[in-house]
Amino acid sequence: MGIAALAFYTFSISTLLGGLFTVVSRNPVHSVLWLILSFLSAAGLFVLLGAEFVAMLLIIVYVGAVAVLFLFVVMMLDVDFAELKAEMARYLPLGLLIGVIVLIQLMFAFGVWDYSEGYETRIAAQIGTGTNTAELGAIIYDDYILIFQLSGLILLVAMIGAIVLTLRHRTGVKRQDVVAQMMRDPAKAMELKDVKPGQGL
Amino acid sequence: MNEFFSTNLGVAVILLAQTLAVVGFVMISLLFLVYGDRKIWAAVQMRRGPNVVGLFGLLQTVADALKYVLKEIIIPAGADRPVFILAPLVSFVLAMLAWAVIPFNSTWVLADINVAILFVFAVSSLEVYGVIMGGWASNSKYPFLGALRSAAQMISYEVSLGLIIIGVIISTGSMNFGSIVAAQNGDMGLFNWYFIPHFPMVFLFFISALAETNRPPFDLPEAESELVAGYQVEYSSTPFLLFMAGEYIAIFLMCALITLLFFGGWTSPFPFIADSALWMVGKMAFFFFLIAMVKALVPRYRYDQLMRLGWKVFLPFSLLWVVFVAFAAKFGWFWGLYARWAVGG
Repeated sequence: MGIAALAFYTFSISTLLGGLFTVVSRNPVHSVLWLILSFLSAAGLFVLLGAEFVAMLLIIVYVGAVAVLFLFVVMMLDVDFAELKAEMARYLPLGLLIGVIVLIQLMFAFGVWDYSEGYETRIAAQIGTGTNTAELGAIIYDDYILIFQLSGLILLVAMIGAIVLTLRHRTGVKRQDVVAQMMRDPAKAMELKDVKPGQGL
Repeated sequence: MNEFFSTNLGVAVILLAQTLAVVGFVMISLLFLVYGDRKIWAAVQMRRGPNVVGLFGLLQTVADALKYVLKEIIIPAGADRPVFILAPLVSFVLAMLAWAVIPFNSTWVLADINVAILFVFAVSSLEVYGVIMGGWASNSKYPFLGALRSAAQMISYEVSLGLIIIGVIISTGSMNFGSIVAAQNGDMGLFNWYFIPHFPMVFLFFISALAETNRPPFDLPEAESELVAGYQVEYSSTPFLLFMAGEYIAIFLMCALITLLFFGGWTSPFPFIADSALWMVGKMAFFFFLIAMVKALVPRYRYDQLMRLGWKVFLPFSLLWVVFVAFAAKFGWFWGLYARWAVGG
């Protein structure tokens, strides 16, 4: 067994174990940590495939940002997980059924793709000869720039939608005005009064 | 002998030796960085600083490290034991991991990969996990609040760090450190370095690096007047040592990044002096000195000011800068100052 194969099996086993423990671990924070292990191992698999750019993006975007937010939410939530686990036992047969169906579908799809005649012609051609960062950039920003920008627009609309849905203009709230704070000086902030004895202000 | 080094085992031995060399360099410089940090801080406050252990107190950090290791590890009763132990390990190992791609010379680099900058960026975005895990696993209020602060802060400043790095990548056309330094190597010495075309970004990068590594004046996660020691409150002995070491290694890594991205890495500032790894180490030490001075001179930020600076000042400014650099590089403005393609435009 070569070193590449060894690395492949290590990464795939830890991906699968990470996924498994994400589902079965009792503590939700542990679940998220296992999920992160799973992401990292998947990034390792991408590196083995020679897609180092995608691997780094996976780590930066999913592990470095998305999973951190996940972790935040899970840490803050006060959910009774014993109760949820009891629910899980009820829905386990249904979940298993869905899993088996998806597995069979994947087997059919890849089986037909792999073993029917002339599958070699359907494999995507090797693109370019540069580093995969440069080639990806050329494809996304030269060949498919419109589609790429459109998908960006869709995300922008989704973001604006989320902001609009949660935006509340509350009145009577004291807000911080940074410029006003910076423009304050002793002349504006203080007032000297000559207080006579026994009078008060 | 040469035959041995071409077998699998031989390659493994070479890799191990190289790795040990890098780890050794980082660990030994760590000992003297902590000492230097304390000495500089002391000098600014007109104290003597550590001066008892060894000559001029040079071995103070060694003594401290030994003391940490020999003390008892205390784990709070309510803590989540596996995560509690894992957190400092994660923090330390990740800080160390990024050094794998840092070159000290055109040939002295452990892993010369295409996406070196992205790798460093990915690893430093993972460092937040050590902090969050430590804060959560301690099962106590102050560590948890410290961890939340730290996570929010690191994520915020990563955004602007990333955008600043993108500016440099656009100028070079490569994400490999070797190419980035090669693009700054010219016959004008230090006037070829990126700190001239990317001038404002040097300051932004320096400040973001301080915030990213939780250094003063942005050390709010461990603001002792509010949070005791933040996420490190419940840690003692070796785990605490690992957190501390991880923090200093991350700071030193940021010094290396500033050197490589803006100050020409190992290239010499004067055309008549040869390039050497010593230049690299010297520049890193200089930037560490600046960071230590900042710690001594600047009072701590308030948390809302920190967030405002990150999101409302740095983010828009660095974003605009990326757009500007993209145009300047594409159309060759300023006599092609921004377009130094290392690998084809």
